Amino acid sequence: MSVIVDRETRLCVSGITGREGTFHALNNRSYGTAVVSGVTPGKGGQKVEGIPVLDTFREAVAASGANTAMIFVPPAFAADSILEAADAGITTIIAITEGIPAHDELRVYTELKRTPGVRLIGPNCPGVLSPGKANVGIIPASFFREGNVGVVSRSGTLTYQVGNELAGRGFGNSSIVGIGGDPVPGSSFVDIIALFEADPETELIVMSGEIGGQGEEEAAEYIEAQVSKPVVAYIAGFTAPPGKTMGHAGAIVSGTHGTAAAKAAALEQHGVRVGRTPTDVADIVVEILGG
Amino acid sequence: MDLLEYQGKQLLARHGIPVPNGKAATTSDEAVAAADEIGYPCAIKAQVQIGGRGKLGGIKIAATQAQAREHAEAILGMDIRGLTVHELWIEGASSIASEYYASIVFDRSAKAPLVMLSTRGGMDIEQVAEETPEAIASLHVDPLVGFQPFHGRRLAYEAGVDRDVARQIGAFLSALYGTFVEEEAMLVEVNPLVVTPEREVVALDAKVTLDDNALYRHPDNAELRDLSAEDPQERMAKERHLTYVKLDGDIGILGNGAGLVMSTLDVVDQHGGKPANFLDAGGGAKAEAITAAVEVILSDPKVKAVLFNIFGGITRCDEVARGLIEAFDQIKPTVPFVVRLDGTNGAEGRELLKAAALPNVHAVDTMNEAAALVVELAK
Repeated sequence: MSVIVDRETRLCVSGITGREGTFHALNNRSYGTAVVSGVTPGKGGQKVEGIPVLDTFREAVAASGANTAMIFVPPAFAADSILEAADAGITTIIAITEGIPAHDELRVYTELKRTPGVRLIGPNCPGVLSPGKANVGIIPASFFREGNVGVVSRSGTLTYQVGNELAGRGFGNSSIVGIGGDPVPGSSFVDIIALFEADPETELIVMSGEIGGQGEEEAAEYIEAQVSKPVVAYIAGFTAPPGKTMGHAGAIVSGTHGTAAAKAAALEQHGVRVGRTPTDVADIVVEILGG
Repeated sequence: MDLLEYQGKQLLARHGIPVPNGKAATTSDEAVAAADEIGYPCAIKAQVQIGGRGKLGGIKIAATQAQAREHAEAILGMDIRGLTVHELWIEGASSIASEYYASIVFDRSAKAPLVMLSTRGGMDIEQVAEETPEAIASLHVDPLVGFQPFHGRRLAYEAGVDRDVARQIGAFLSALYGTFVEEEAMLVEVNPLVVTPEREVVALDAKVTLDDNALYRHPDNAELRDLSAEDPQERMAKERHLTYVKLDGDIGILGNGAGLVMSTLDVVDQHGGKPANFLDAGGGAKAEAITAAVEVILSDPKVKAVLFNIFGGITRCDEVARGLIEAFDQIKPTVPFVVRLDGTNGAEGRELLKAAALPNVHAVDTMNEAAALVVELAK
């Protein structure tokens, strides 16, 4: 088992005819993901290395039976593309695009919440990888293999760092989920941790958070109340000064809110162990699951 | 992007919110001319993004032209908590009957705009929230429905504003919400929002933070500058499209991906070092971007050693190595570099660096070792 993407995934890529869209669509396909179609308005009828391109998501769903969308269009068009995918009946939407205006994200989030059964991952995320099954996004799959550790993270490269440390100690992953670094993520830590809790293959959950927002604090309470599996956390940004956006649009300490210290303290208060460094996280996992 | 007071007020005014008549000035001559035009008494206000600037001598009332000149000369160039005053805002002094507080915050937890109104104006709202939470009326607005007139009435009556201005306050909040949405702000705060003896409702201060990701839709806002907050390295990085934040230590940092760079700063700090900057070379950085990044990092004279921490995903370590080699060729750095290359094409990158045999460049395998070594070298 795994979460969000697997062998049932039938992927339609929005922005498949762009340079990055083409590159990663083909990369995902060569990993074994069923990439069944792409959408680029005005380019319907073309093919990208054999993958049919449609003008609209509705056509793509009808023609290819797509159930998952990957959004790779520029920020100005991304909110529209996400809503179009949901309107066409796609139930899993993974938005890679970085730089979507926050107010657009707010409207998309509010609308999708009213659309039962639709899950949005991202935006501004590296995607979801279920090793051995499917890869949707830009996660370099070669660092990960199948296993029993579920990973959920706000950051891409930090996930690779943690995943690589785990692999070095012989651990693989059920799924690696990037929820993204924006102020309004479609899915929260709580949403993904709930999926891992229900996933029989996952035995331990690693969550990698960072400064800004309250997602880690909310997860801390949820874990204590609802999660039976061990959770190991990492938080980045202890040295981040207040008021400065640290790369990710959502990574900002506002006054005294959203500090790394407060997040780590909240997690520890609710019984979640927090690694001081990525290496430390892997060490704790070894301690819990046995080396 | 945080706006200066006067930039925020000009934005509010465009959305129909009453603000005092004022003018910006960067010299004392300009300030005196502005004061003459506006009339006396007038307020001479330092334009820096620091709360409490009044108490620190950054706001003075001038009753005469001579006073206007004296205050302008004193405030221009003044250092207010590390920021130098480069600009003044001169506005007509307002008479005040009541001071209120109004704000709209992009509430990330609730995923909705949060509108707040309080009759305890002029104070720090966090202090009010702590001491007398009942003095703040607040509500969340559904972003797909927007601010309705009843929201304004509810807030005005719950906060207990003077009854004769309740309708005006409601209209004020409605216009404030319009500003928040149309300008795509993360925060609009008016503190104090004053009621004059003539029963006019005026925004006496303005704090506005705009969403950087939305600036492409607002070219006028994108051009607003804050001279006092601009740092030479940050400006240089911006021109080169690099994500850079200046910090106050002496170890230059470059990594790929915001999370990994934040983590690198933390690990350096744990080893007793002080990072000089945050620099995210981004996903898929090419050699030229790395060369440009080295230039920006080394333009900070405090930097005594540099740490490269790369875990290649889309970014290829051989590209990073090529960029570093090119930077050494062009800039000839004199400070030591510690380089950790792992992930995509890591072996190729390490091989390139070895072959180039750059002076004073140390290759290490792990993030922890890299941090320990760079801290040692910066001593």
